[in-house]
Amino acid sequence: MNRKQKTRLFAVISIFIILSLAAGLVLYALKQNINLFYTPSELIKAEITPEQNIRIGGYVKKQSVQYDPSGKQVSFIVTDHTNDISVNFEGVLPNLFREGQVVVVTGKLNPQRAVVANQVLAKHDEKYMPRQLAKDLQEGKRQAS
Amino acid sequence: MLHWFNQKFLSPKLFYTTTTRLLPWVGGAFAVCFFYGLITGLFIAPADYQQGDGFRIMYVHVPSAFVAMAIYMTMACSAFVTLVWRVKMAAICMSCSASIGAWFTFLALVTGSIWGKPMWGAWWVWDARLTSVLILFFLYIGFIALQSVITDPQSRDRAGALLAIVGVINLPIIHYSVIWWNTLHQGPTISKFASPSIAPDMLYPLMAMILAFFLFYFWILMLRMRNQIVLREIKSQWVSEVMQHG
Repeated sequence: MNRKQKTRLFAVISIFIILSLAAGLVLYALKQNINLFYTPSELIKAEITPEQNIRIGGYVKKQSVQYDPSGKQVSFIVTDHTNDISVNFEGVLPNLFREGQVVVVTGKLNPQRAVVANQVLAKHDEKYMPRQLAKDLQEGKRQAS
Repeated sequence: MLHWFNQKFLSPKLFYTTTTRLLPWVGGAFAVCFFYGLITGLFIAPADYQQGDGFRIMYVHVPSAFVAMAIYMTMACSAFVTLVWRVKMAAICMSCSASIGAWFTFLALVTGSIWGKPMWGAWWVWDARLTSVLILFFLYIGFIALQSVITDPQSRDRAGALLAIVGVINLPIIHYSVIWWNTLHQGPTISKFASPSIAPDMLYPLMAMILAFFLFYFWILMLRMRNQIVLREIKSQWVSEVMQHG
Protein backbone atom coordinates (compact mmCIF):
# COMPACT_ATOMS: atom_id res chain seq x y z
CA MET A 1 0.00 0.00 0.00
CA ASN A 2 1.33 3.38 -0.86
CA ARG A 3 1.04 6.48 1.22
CA LYS A 4 -2.04 7.89 -0.50
CA GLN A 5 -3.92 4.65 -0.01
CA LYS A 6 -2.98 4.59 3.66
CA THR A 7 -4.32 8.11 4.13
CA ARG A 8 -7.57 7.18 2.41
CA LEU A 9 -7.90 3.99 4.44
CA PHE A 10 -7.45 5.99 7.64
CA ALA A 11 -9.98 8.62 6.50
CA VAL A 12 -12.64 6.07 5.55
CA ILE A 13 -12.24 4.12 8.77
CA SER A 14 -12.42 7.25 10.94
CA ILE A 15 -15.53 8.51 9.13
CA PHE A 16 -17.12 5.15 9.70
CA ILE A 17 -16.25 5.00 13.40
CA ILE A 18 -17.52 8.52 14.05
CA LEU A 19 -20.76 7.83 12.20
CA SER A 20 -21.40 4.57 14.04
CA LEU A 21 -20.84 6.34 17.37
CA ALA A 22 -23.27 9.07 16.35
CA ALA A 23 -25.86 6.54 15.21
CA GLY A 24 -25.43 4.55 18.42
CA LEU A 25 -25.92 7.64 20.59
CA VAL A 26 -29.00 8.76 18.66
CA LEU A 27 -30.60 5.32 18.93
CA TYR A 28 -29.75 5.12 22.63
CA ALA A 29 -31.31 8.53 23.25
CA LEU A 30 -34.46 7.56 21.33
CA LYS A 31 -34.71 4.14 22.93
CA GLN A 32 -38.15 4.63 24.45
CA ASN A 33 -39.55 6.21 21.28
CA ILE A 34 -38.40 3.37 19.07
CA ASN A 35 -40.13 0.76 21.21
CA LEU A 36 -43.43 0.01 19.55
CA PHE A 37 -45.31 -0.59 22.79
CA TYR A 38 -45.23 -0.44 26.59
CA THR A 39 -45.25 -3.65 28.55
CA PRO A 40 -47.80 -3.65 31.41
CA SER A 41 -44.98 -3.09 33.93
CA GLU A 42 -43.66 -0.10 31.98
CA LEU A 43 -47.16 1.30 31.68
CA ILE A 44 -47.62 1.36 35.45
CA LYS A 45 -44.49 3.51 35.80
CA ALA A 46 -45.23 5.76 32.82
CA GLU A 47 -47.20 8.97 33.18
CA ILE A 48 -50.02 8.88 30.68
CA THR A 49 -52.84 11.35 30.24
CA PRO A 50 -56.33 10.08 29.27
CA GLU A 51 -56.16 11.74 25.84
CA GLN A 52 -52.89 10.08 24.94
CA ASN A 53 -52.95 7.23 22.42
CA ILE A 54 -50.76 4.41 23.67
CA ARG A 55 -49.75 0.94 22.61
CA ILE A 56 -49.30 -1.86 25.06
CA GLY A 57 -48.01 -5.32 24.33
CA GLY A 58 -47.99 -8.61 26.20
CA TYR A 59 -49.50 -12.05 26.47
CA VAL A 60 -53.25 -12.54 26.50
CA LYS A 61 -53.80 -14.02 29.96
CA LYS A 62 -55.23 -17.54 29.97
CA GLN A 63 -58.97 -17.70 30.74
CA SER A 64 -59.30 -13.93 30.70
CA VAL A 65 -61.08 -13.46 27.37
CA GLN A 66 -64.74 -12.55 27.87
CA TYR A 67 -67.22 -11.79 25.13
CA ASP A 68 -70.09 -9.44 25.77
CA PRO A 69 -73.54 -11.10 25.25
CA SER A 70 -74.10 -8.92 22.17
CA GLY A 71 -70.93 -10.41 20.68
CA LYS A 72 -69.42 -7.04 19.75
CA GLN A 73 -67.48 -6.23 22.87
CA VAL A 74 -64.57 -8.31 24.04
CA SER A 75 -62.45 -7.84 27.12
CA PHE A 76 -59.25 -9.57 28.12
CA ILE A 77 -56.19 -9.11 30.29
CA VAL A 78 -52.73 -8.39 28.88
CA THR A 79 -49.90 -9.60 31.07
CA ASP A 80 -46.12 -9.72 31.11
CA HIS A 81 -46.30 -12.32 33.92
CA THR A 82 -45.52 -9.57 36.48
CA ASN A 83 -48.26 -7.02 35.97
CA ASP A 84 -51.66 -7.16 34.32
CA ILE A 85 -53.75 -4.62 32.50
CA SER A 86 -57.29 -5.13 31.25
CA VAL A 87 -58.37 -4.23 27.75
CA ASN A 88 -61.83 -3.53 26.30
CA PHE A 89 -62.23 -3.77 22.56
CA GLU A 90 -65.05 -3.44 20.09
CA GLY A 91 -64.26 -4.73 16.63
CA VAL A 92 -62.77 -7.58 14.66
CA LEU A 93 -59.93 -9.52 16.26
CA PRO A 94 -57.09 -10.82 14.05
CA ASN A 95 -56.95 -14.53 13.18
CA LEU A 96 -54.01 -15.25 15.43
CA PHE A 97 -55.67 -13.75 18.50
CA ARG A 98 -55.87 -16.42 21.17
CA GLU A 99 -55.06 -16.92 24.81
CA GLY A 100 -51.34 -17.15 25.50
CA GLN A 101 -50.52 -15.27 22.28
CA VAL A 102 -48.73 -11.90 22.26
CA VAL A 103 -50.88 -8.95 21.20
CA VAL A 104 -50.18 -5.28 20.62
CA VAL A 105 -53.12 -3.08 21.58
CA THR A 106 -53.60 0.58 20.59
CA GLY A 107 -55.97 2.70 22.65
CA LYS A 108 -56.52 5.12 25.51
CA LEU A 109 -56.52 4.66 29.25
CA ASN A 110 -59.87 5.06 30.99
CA PRO A 111 -60.24 6.26 34.62
CA GLN A 112 -60.09 2.66 35.86
CA ARG A 113 -56.62 2.36 34.23
CA ALA A 114 -57.96 -0.11 31.69
CA VAL A 115 -57.22 0.30 28.00
CA VAL A 116 -60.10 1.13 25.67
CA ALA A 117 -58.67 -0.27 22.47
CA ASN A 118 -59.31 0.83 18.92
CA GLN A 119 -56.94 -1.70 17.37
CA VAL A 120 -55.70 -5.13 18.40
CA LEU A 121 -52.76 -6.67 16.51
CA ALA A 122 -51.52 -10.22 17.02
CA LYS A 123 -47.83 -10.95 17.17
CA HIS A 124 -46.62 -14.38 16.15
CA ASP A 125 -43.40 -15.94 17.34
CA GLU A 126 -40.41 -17.08 15.30
CA LYS A 127 -41.24 -20.78 15.63
CA TYR A 128 -42.64 -22.71 12.70
CA MET A 129 -43.73 -26.34 12.93
CA PRO A 130 -46.27 -28.72 11.44
CA ARG A 131 -49.59 -29.20 13.28
CA GLN A 132 -48.80 -32.82 14.11
CA LEU A 133 -45.50 -31.91 15.75
CA ALA A 134 -47.15 -29.13 17.76
CA LYS A 135 -49.82 -31.58 18.93
CA ASP A 136 -47.23 -34.21 19.87
CA LEU A 137 -45.18 -31.67 21.80
CA GLN A 138 -48.24 -30.52 23.70
CA GLU A 139 -49.24 -34.06 24.59
CA GLY A 140 -45.69 -34.83 25.65
CA LYS A 141 -45.17 -37.55 23.02
CA ARG A 142 -42.05 -35.82 21.76
CA GLN A 143 -39.41 -33.60 23.29
CA ALA A 144 -38.59 -30.22 21.79
CA SER A 145 -35.18 -30.39 20.15
CA MET B 1 0.16 -11.36 -4.58
CA LEU B 2 -2.16 -8.36 -4.71
CA HIS B 3 -0.73 -7.52 -8.09
CA TRP B 4 -1.48 -11.02 -9.35
CA PHE B 5 -5.06 -10.82 -8.01
CA ASN B 6 -5.48 -7.47 -9.71
CA GLN B 7 -4.32 -8.87 -13.01
CA LYS B 8 -6.35 -12.08 -12.98
CA PHE B 9 -9.66 -11.13 -11.42
CA LEU B 10 -9.97 -7.40 -11.51
CA SER B 11 -9.13 -6.92 -15.15
CA PRO B 12 -12.33 -6.19 -17.09
CA LYS B 13 -11.26 -8.41 -19.97
CA LEU B 14 -10.62 -11.47 -17.81
CA PHE B 15 -13.81 -10.90 -15.89
CA TYR B 16 -15.67 -10.85 -19.17
CA THR B 17 -14.17 -14.06 -20.54
CA THR B 18 -14.49 -15.90 -17.19
CA THR B 19 -18.13 -14.98 -16.76
CA THR B 20 -18.93 -16.06 -20.32
CA ARG B 21 -18.17 -19.59 -19.18
CA LEU B 22 -19.67 -19.15 -15.70
CA LEU B 23 -23.03 -17.61 -16.66
CA PRO B 24 -24.92 -20.74 -17.88
CA TRP B 25 -23.83 -22.67 -14.77
CA VAL B 26 -25.01 -20.00 -12.36
CA GLY B 27 -28.26 -19.57 -14.29
CA GLY B 28 -28.83 -23.33 -14.33
CA ALA B 29 -28.08 -23.71 -10.62
CA PHE B 30 -30.50 -20.88 -9.91
CA ALA B 31 -33.26 -22.59 -11.90
CA VAL B 32 -32.72 -25.91 -10.09
CA CYS B 33 -32.72 -24.36 -6.60
CA PHE B 34 -35.62 -22.07 -7.39
CA PHE B 35 -37.96 -24.75 -8.70
CA TYR B 36 -36.96 -27.20 -5.98
CA GLY B 37 -37.60 -24.55 -3.32
CA LEU B 38 -40.83 -23.35 -4.90
CA ILE B 39 -42.38 -26.80 -5.31
CA THR B 40 -41.31 -28.19 -1.93
CA GLY B 41 -42.13 -24.92 -0.19
CA LEU B 42 -45.55 -24.41 -1.69
CA PHE B 43 -46.82 -27.98 -2.00
CA ILE B 44 -44.79 -30.42 0.09
CA ALA B 45 -43.88 -28.59 3.28
CA PRO B 46 -46.53 -29.10 5.98
CA ALA B 47 -48.83 -26.25 7.03
CA ASP B 48 -47.82 -24.30 10.12
CA TYR B 49 -49.53 -25.12 13.43
CA GLN B 50 -50.60 -21.50 13.94
CA GLN B 51 -50.59 -19.77 10.59
CA GLY B 52 -51.79 -22.66 8.41
CA ASP B 53 -50.87 -22.29 4.75
CA GLY B 54 -50.39 -18.54 5.15
CA PHE B 55 -46.86 -19.02 6.40
CA ARG B 56 -45.74 -20.10 2.90
CA ILE B 57 -45.23 -16.49 1.87
CA MET B 58 -42.12 -16.82 4.03
CA TYR B 59 -40.47 -18.67 1.13
CA VAL B 60 -40.36 -15.40 -0.78
CA HIS B 61 -40.27 -12.89 2.06
CA VAL B 62 -37.32 -14.26 4.05
CA PRO B 63 -34.98 -14.87 1.06
CA SER B 64 -35.69 -11.42 -0.40
CA ALA B 65 -35.03 -9.66 2.90
CA PHE B 66 -31.89 -11.75 3.47
CA VAL B 67 -30.49 -11.13 0.00
CA ALA B 68 -31.47 -7.44 0.10
CA MET B 69 -29.22 -7.04 3.15
CA ALA B 70 -26.43 -9.20 1.70
CA ILE B 71 -26.41 -7.08 -1.47
CA TYR B 72 -26.04 -3.93 0.60
CA MET B 73 -23.10 -5.54 2.40
CA THR B 74 -21.54 -6.37 -0.98
CA MET B 75 -22.07 -2.77 -2.06
CA ALA B 76 -20.47 -1.43 1.09
CA CYS B 77 -17.42 -3.70 0.70
CA SER B 78 -17.05 -2.68 -2.94
CA ALA B 79 -17.45 0.94 -1.87
CA PHE B 80 -14.61 0.54 0.63
CA VAL B 81 -12.33 -0.94 -2.03
CA THR B 82 -13.38 1.81 -4.45
CA LEU B 83 -12.58 4.57 -1.98
CA VAL B 84 -9.25 3.25 -0.75
CA TRP B 85 -7.73 1.41 -3.71
CA ARG B 86 -9.68 2.98 -6.61
CA VAL B 87 -10.37 -0.38 -8.23
CA LYS B 88 -12.56 0.09 -11.28
CA MET B 89 -14.22 -3.32 -11.05
CA ALA B 90 -15.28 -2.67 -7.46
CA ALA B 91 -17.03 0.52 -8.51
CA ILE B 92 -18.79 -1.33 -11.32
CA CYS B 93 -19.88 -4.09 -8.91
CA MET B 94 -21.23 -1.46 -6.52
CA SER B 95 -23.26 0.44 -9.13
CA CYS B 96 -24.64 -2.72 -10.72
CA SER B 97 -25.77 -4.16 -7.38
CA ALA B 98 -27.87 -1.17 -6.34
CA SER B 99 -31.01 -1.68 -8.38
CA ILE B 100 -31.05 -5.45 -7.77
CA GLY B 101 -30.90 -4.74 -4.04
CA ALA B 102 -33.62 -2.11 -4.31
CA TRP B 103 -35.95 -4.59 -6.02
CA PHE B 104 -35.31 -7.28 -3.41
CA THR B 105 -35.98 -4.78 -0.61
CA PHE B 106 -39.18 -3.74 -2.35
CA LEU B 107 -40.21 -7.39 -2.65
CA ALA B 108 -39.48 -7.98 1.04
CA LEU B 109 -41.58 -4.95 2.02
CA VAL B 110 -44.51 -5.91 -0.21
CA THR B 111 -44.58 -9.59 0.77
CA GLY B 112 -44.18 -8.59 4.42
CA SER B 113 -47.15 -6.30 4.11
CA ILE B 114 -49.27 -9.01 2.48
CA TRP B 115 -48.24 -11.40 5.24
CA GLY B 116 -48.89 -8.85 7.98
CA LYS B 117 -52.48 -8.07 7.10
CA PRO B 118 -53.99 -11.52 7.77
CA MET B 119 -51.63 -12.54 10.60
CA TRP B 120 -51.04 -9.35 12.58
CA GLY B 121 -54.09 -7.46 11.44
CA ALA B 122 -52.26 -4.53 9.83
CA TRP B 123 -50.55 -3.85 6.50
CA TRP B 124 -47.95 -1.67 8.16
CA VAL B 125 -46.84 -0.60 11.63
CA TRP B 126 -43.99 1.76 12.42
CA ASP B 127 -42.00 -0.74 14.43
CA ALA B 128 -38.21 -0.78 14.39
CA ARG B 129 -37.80 -3.69 11.96
CA LEU B 130 -40.22 -2.43 9.34
CA THR B 131 -38.95 1.13 9.55
CA SER B 132 -35.28 0.17 9.30
CA VAL B 133 -35.97 -1.96 6.22
CA LEU B 134 -37.85 0.98 4.69
CA ILE B 135 -34.73 3.07 5.36
CA LEU B 136 -32.67 0.41 3.55
CA PHE B 137 -35.00 0.84 0.57
CA PHE B 138 -34.53 4.63 0.68
CA LEU B 139 -30.75 4.15 0.86
CA TYR B 140 -30.84 2.09 -2.32
CA ILE B 141 -33.07 4.65 -4.04
CA GLY B 142 -30.84 7.48 -2.81
CA PHE B 143 -27.75 5.71 -4.12
CA ILE B 144 -29.32 5.20 -7.54
CA ALA B 145 -30.52 8.80 -7.67
CA LEU B 146 -27.13 10.16 -6.59
CA GLN B 147 -25.26 8.12 -9.19
CA SER B 148 -27.66 9.08 -11.95
CA VAL B 149 -27.22 12.84 -11.49
CA ILE B 150 -23.40 12.88 -11.51
CA THR B 151 -21.95 12.73 -15.01
CA ASP B 152 -18.23 12.50 -14.30
CA PRO B 153 -17.53 8.75 -13.79
CA GLN B 154 -14.85 9.26 -11.12
CA SER B 155 -16.87 11.55 -8.88
CA ARG B 156 -19.91 9.37 -9.47
CA ASP B 157 -18.06 6.35 -8.12
CA ARG B 158 -16.68 8.22 -5.11
CA ALA B 159 -19.93 9.93 -4.11
CA GLY B 160 -21.82 6.66 -4.41
CA ALA B 161 -19.18 4.79 -2.44
CA LEU B 162 -19.34 7.30 0.40
CA LEU B 163 -23.13 7.00 0.60
CA ALA B 164 -22.94 3.20 0.52
CA ILE B 165 -20.43 3.14 3.39
CA VAL B 166 -22.45 5.55 5.53
CA GLY B 167 -25.58 3.45 5.00
CA VAL B 168 -24.01 0.20 6.13
CA ILE B 169 -24.67 1.27 9.74
CA ASN B 170 -28.30 0.42 9.00
CA LEU B 171 -27.54 -3.30 8.53
CA PRO B 172 -26.82 -4.19 12.18
CA ILE B 173 -29.76 -1.99 13.16
CA ILE B 174 -32.06 -4.04 10.90
CA HIS B 175 -30.73 -7.30 12.26
CA TYR B 176 -30.87 -6.40 15.95
CA SER B 177 -34.02 -4.24 15.76
CA VAL B 178 -36.19 -7.14 16.89
CA ILE B 179 -33.87 -7.81 19.84
CA TRP B 180 -33.08 -4.30 21.03
CA TRP B 181 -36.60 -2.92 20.91
CA ASN B 182 -40.20 -4.04 21.37
CA THR B 183 -41.49 -4.78 17.90
CA LEU B 184 -44.48 -6.42 16.28
CA HIS B 185 -42.14 -8.32 13.96
CA GLN B 186 -40.97 -11.58 15.48
CA GLY B 187 -37.35 -12.42 16.33
CA PRO B 188 -34.90 -14.24 14.04
CA THR B 189 -35.73 -17.84 13.12
CA ILE B 190 -32.59 -18.96 11.30
CA SER B 191 -30.01 -16.16 11.42
CA LYS B 192 -28.89 -16.77 14.99
CA PHE B 193 -26.36 -18.95 16.76
CA ALA B 194 -28.91 -21.27 18.36
CA SER B 195 -30.45 -24.01 16.22
CA PRO B 196 -33.21 -22.75 13.92
CA SER B 197 -36.71 -22.61 15.43
CA ILE B 198 -38.32 -24.19 12.39
CA ALA B 199 -39.12 -27.81 11.58
CA PRO B 200 -36.65 -29.44 9.11
CA ASP B 201 -39.39 -30.12 6.50
CA MET B 202 -40.05 -26.40 6.41
CA LEU B 203 -36.41 -25.35 6.66
CA TYR B 204 -34.99 -27.14 3.60
CA PRO B 205 -37.22 -25.35 1.07
CA LEU B 206 -36.33 -22.07 2.76
CA MET B 207 -32.60 -22.80 2.46
CA ALA B 208 -33.08 -23.72 -1.21
CA MET B 209 -34.92 -20.46 -1.82
CA ILE B 210 -32.24 -18.39 -0.08
CA LEU B 211 -29.58 -20.08 -2.20
CA ALA B 212 -31.69 -19.56 -5.33
CA PHE B 213 -32.08 -15.83 -4.60
CA PHE B 214 -28.33 -15.50 -4.07
CA LEU B 215 -27.62 -17.29 -7.36
CA PHE B 216 -30.13 -15.03 -9.07
CA TYR B 217 -28.30 -12.02 -7.70
CA PHE B 218 -24.92 -13.31 -8.91
CA TRP B 219 -26.39 -14.13 -12.30
CA ILE B 220 -28.00 -10.72 -12.84
CA LEU B 221 -24.96 -8.95 -11.35
CA MET B 222 -22.64 -10.68 -13.82
CA LEU B 223 -24.89 -9.80 -16.75
CA ARG B 224 -25.10 -6.17 -15.66
CA MET B 225 -21.38 -5.90 -14.96
CA ARG B 226 -20.58 -7.32 -18.39
CA ASN B 227 -22.74 -4.65 -19.96
CA GLN B 228 -21.00 -1.94 -17.95
CA ILE B 229 -17.57 -3.28 -18.87
CA VAL B 230 -18.38 -3.27 -22.56
CA LEU B 231 -19.81 0.25 -22.29
CA ARG B 232 -16.79 1.59 -20.44
CA GLU B 233 -14.21 -0.12 -22.66
CA ILE B 234 -16.05 0.18 -25.95
CA LYS B 235 -12.99 1.62 -27.69
CA SER B 236 -10.54 -1.08 -26.63
CA GLN B 237 -9.19 -3.81 -28.86
CA TRP B 238 -10.53 -6.80 -26.94
CA VAL B 239 -14.12 -5.52 -26.92
CA SER B 240 -14.23 -5.23 -30.70
CA GLU B 241 -12.72 -8.72 -30.96
CA VAL B 242 -15.36 -10.13 -28.57
CA MET B 243 -18.11 -8.33 -30.45
CA GLN B 244 -16.96 -9.82 -33.74
CA HIS B 245 -16.44 -13.40 -32.61
CA GLY B 246 -19.30 -13.55 -30.12
